[in-house]
Amino acid sequence: MIIASNVSKKFGKLKALDNVSVTCNKGECIALIGPNASGKTTLIKTILGIVVQDSGFITFNGNNILHHWQYREQIGYMPQTGRYPDNMTIGHVLDMMKDIRGDKAILDEDLINAFELKALMNKRMRTLSGGTRQKVSASLAFLFSPSVLILDEPTAGLDPVASEILKEKIITENKMGRLILITSHILSELDDLITQVIYMQEGQVCFHKSIEELRADTGEEKLNKAIAHFMVKRLK
Amino acid sequence: MNKIIRYVMADILRNRIVLVYTVFLFITSFSMFSLEDNTSKGLLSLLNIILIIVPLVSIIFSTIYVYNSAEFIELLVSQPLKRKTIWLSLFTGLAGSLSLAFFIGAGIPVLLYQANTTGFMMIAMGVLLSIIFAAIAMLAVVKTRDKARGIGVAILLWLYFSLLFDGLVLFLLFQFADYPLEKPMIAVAAFNPVDLGRIMILIQMDISSMMGYTGAIFKDFFGTYTGVTFSFSLMLLWIVVPVWLSAYKFNRKDL
Repeated sequence: MIIASNVSKKFGKLKALDNVSVTCNKGECIALIGPNASGKTTLIKTILGIVVQDSGFITFNGNNILHHWQYREQIGYMPQTGRYPDNMTIGHVLDMMKDIRGDKAILDEDLINAFELKALMNKRMRTLSGGTRQKVSASLAFLFSPSVLILDEPTAGLDPVASEILKEKIITENKMGRLILITSHILSELDDLITQVIYMQEGQVCFHKSIEELRADTGEEKLNKAIAHFMVKRLK
Repeated sequence: MNKIIRYVMADILRNRIVLVYTVFLFITSFSMFSLEDNTSKGLLSLLNIILIIVPLVSIIFSTIYVYNSAEFIELLVSQPLKRKTIWLSLFTGLAGSLSLAFFIGAGIPVLLYQANTTGFMMIAMGVLLSIIFAAIAMLAVVKTRDKARGIGVAILLWLYFSLLFDGLVLFLLFQFADYPLEKPMIAVAAFNPVDLGRIMILIQMDISSMMGYTGAIFKDFFGTYTGVTFSFSLMLLWIVVPVWLSAYKFNRKDL
């Protein structure tokens, strides 16, 4: 569904992405893991077209994303830190998004209801706490039932109840055949979600394996132990 | 595209600064007209204020507004929208509301006191200048990432178009005083939209005879249909080129 070939991106002297090639298919739930500043968010942003790569290309369903901006209709994106216009209320932001993305999509308001955002509709975005902001971002990402969900640190800042709701939602969406890309540092909570792991370091993809393969290779059942096993091996 | 323009315009028109700007123009225009017993004189005084204030407010307000919309732009870029659409909508919203503010603030008083060609020309120039300086602001913003530096660039650009350029022209005139410079002056005027606007209005006011030989040449050129078409197309170029350049840059910008 999404194929990135030899994508490179430099910010000044820093190589954020160095010849990255990944393939993501329908129905997969992929965890993007790596230390800080390993290029995870940059990769996500190039897929979304927020950052434009220096070389290489990305295709979405066979179309180069540089020329086919319409592909973003099929993506729901939850940013690491959602930034919204300060003087708009939650209701305004949701209405504006519905207005912009049109009537074609089937609206999925499960998360808005589950997070009880209806009661906060008149609150201005600048008055919201970090967690509530995350809830708005998550609701927006799922609102249009997109076929691809890209979640950048989805549970950071959410309370345990909310992050449990979000995880449930991710699992049900994945079962419906949607492609899901997650970055997270909390490996333990990815255990029951993901089917594939992409491990990045210093802008390069170190490996892209299914979870079964990874377990077989490392002999560890838990994801965090498997990754730790791998990291230690690399350090040696 | 219309949807985004609507959101931008609604947001700007709710902004207190645009309201204050409109009221300021309104009060100034009325007081200028009532200070002088001859409305033409009033128009002339108003002209000088407008040529300073309109570019200043347009360029500074647009710059700050686009920087403050960074979140809004970021939100829109990840949606199924063309980047060009987002950028042009932002520009149209800005230019539209600034022109509207000018029209209500200065246009209505001018129409009340001087509803003739001179008055119409003044309104047209004010609206054009509002749009041109919004366009220049868009270019300044897209070229500089840092907000403080971007606003500094905007102020310098305004300073250049309003003061420095005229100083440079005067300097050139004195240096080459021995040569006939009347005709090249027409070409030089093309490089500054503020000067173009001033010449267009002054020619309409029929006081060009007071400006000596250059005035006569200007009258000969800018007073004709060709001259008017020439300066209007130049001013349109002053809108199109910065907007196009900034849209091109924005298309490749990392957010």
